[in-house]
Amino acid sequence: MDASVQTKTHNLAKGDTLLAVDNVSLSFGGVKAITDVSFDIKKGEIRAIIGPNGAGKTSMLNVINGFYHPQQGRITFKGETRQKMRPYVAASQGIARTFQNVALFKGMTTLDNIMAGRTLKMNTGFFWQLWRHGPAMREEVEHRHIVEEIIDFLEIQAIRKTPVGKLPYGLQKRVELGRALAMEPELLLLDEPMAGMNLEEKEDMSRFIIDVNTQYGTTIALIEHDISVVMDLSDRVVVLEYGRKIADGTPNQVKNDQTVIDAYLGVPH
Amino acid sequence: MFYREAGQFKTTYPSDMAVFPIAQDRIGLGLILAAAFILIPLFASDFILSSVMIPFLVFSLAAIGLNILTGYTGLISLGTGAFMGVGAYACYKLMTIFPGVNIIIWIISAGFFSALVGIIFGIPSLRIKGFYLAVATLAAQFFLQWCFVRIPWLYNYNASGAIEVGTRTLFGIPIVGPNATPEARYYVMLCIVVALTWIASNIVHGKIGRSWMAVRDMDIAAELMGIKLLDTKLLAFAVSSFYAGVAGACMMFLWYGGGEASDAFNINQSFLILFMVIIGGLGSLIGSFFGAAFISILPTVLKFGLPAIGIPLSGATAEHLIHILVGALIIFFLIVEPHGLARLWQIGKQKLRMWPFPY
Repeated sequence: MDASVQTKTHNLAKGDTLLAVDNVSLSFGGVKAITDVSFDIKKGEIRAIIGPNGAGKTSMLNVINGFYHPQQGRITFKGETRQKMRPYVAASQGIARTFQNVALFKGMTTLDNIMAGRTLKMNTGFFWQLWRHGPAMREEVEHRHIVEEIIDFLEIQAIRKTPVGKLPYGLQKRVELGRALAMEPELLLLDEPMAGMNLEEKEDMSRFIIDVNTQYGTTIALIEHDISVVMDLSDRVVVLEYGRKIADGTPNQVKNDQTVIDAYLGVPH
Repeated sequence: MFYREAGQFKTTYPSDMAVFPIAQDRIGLGLILAAAFILIPLFASDFILSSVMIPFLVFSLAAIGLNILTGYTGLISLGTGAFMGVGAYACYKLMTIFPGVNIIIWIISAGFFSALVGIIFGIPSLRIKGFYLAVATLAAQFFLQWCFVRIPWLYNYNASGAIEVGTRTLFGIPIVGPNATPEARYYVMLCIVVALTWIASNIVHGKIGRSWMAVRDMDIAAELMGIKLLDTKLLAFAVSSFYAGVAGACMMFLWYGGGEASDAFNINQSFLILFMVIIGGLGSLIGSFFGAAFISILPTVLKFGLPAIGIPLSGATAEHLIHILVGALIIFFLIVEPHGLARLWQIGKQKLRMWPFPY
């Protein structure tokens, strides 16, 4: 892929804190989804968020990209501290995500789905859109080039013009990753990218995730239940249980942490 | 055998992104346009022009408008009739206030007034979805219809409450009013429909169309990708109402030639256009034409076609029979293809590509 696809120049160096979540609490009525959780994501790393079902992992992602607004806490992204994110701000600042249950635009083709990911980068006015000529067409072509690079990268050339509703699940997940990549994110949130996949598909997806991380330097926050995948892929892991953070560290530290083992295996009372 | 894209290679992205990438489709479109511009005015009788073709074109335009809102953006609206009415009254007021300006300009401008009203009634769409939104747009229908009857300023205080259409010309040829020939009105209508369909096709194939469909298919994902839901939905309401408004103005000035307008823009009209969109195919421009043809032409064809082939029909029986037949056909087509005539057309094309060697 050429330079145009790579994330834009940014003043953060690899290893600086890209995103920090401080003392975030989120509740729905009486249900506490997240309680006083703090962690950070460093530029260029793969950060895994794991935990048993209902631990608040997806809620955490929703807080990060502004879909849920936490009652307490602060979110610092690229040095800017906010009480809450707004989806539009998060997207335009460079946070993209995929969803646990595929959230593609089912009636549209693969190409259109990924092109839709470029919407924020396209800024030809309404007037030119009416004619689909001149600047509007030039812009379409320019972004089509970038989208084709992503299609090549994900090896989905053959399904370019297939409506995504007709694709098998594994490919849908891949298209969804492509749509997120089209936003040229600085922080990519992946919500169970390998759920429901067979071994081969998991291996493919792992390769894509590593490639995205190394080739484009995209920072990745990853939720995944397959522990072996998490341990192999991630640089650091944060473990949630019942909305609280119970461990944070390198895969090895987390693996040997007694509270984590208890949370996963259960403890006799 | 003749309809396949074998051998047609695309070497540039613009040619690959063309609306009709297959050469046969482009030829077909050319033939249809040639027929519409040359053959039909040449051979069709005045009756066919003014009672079949012009209504068909008016309804096509309205159906495209509603399809943008319902088919592409996924927002159900039952206010199309009222938005058409706004267009008709806006055109009437503009025409009487500035009689010197050409009527075509006012027909198009009327769409902008309709768009504005559409935006206002589209605001609830951010929070209301599905059938509930349909009910919210009903409010637009009833409120605007009330305005059409109760605000005499809109119809220039005519005692009859009707819109009176004087003769208006284009290049010296009367196109509106009692002196306008069906041919002239048909040509004006056809040009408006062709131009606006082309623009609609440009919009839905570009960035805006993709945001609309994104909102329709998965609004949460669209929002998290940075597509502003309210802006996108209001734009859909505006464009949709613009088309409805122009269709309404055309209806009053190029088809009816004036008259009691408040009746023409009632809830039945809204339903009729919604049915056209559903039967034609949601999210398809060609489907809008199919739907409009099906619902607006079929009754006329049955009414005059059945006696012509020797089935005697007269008076009230004819009316009832036609209602039954049209109803039965609607059910038949929806059972055969729930996604509308446009999908049927697509399947047909796919079959034709394979024919006669389907392997």
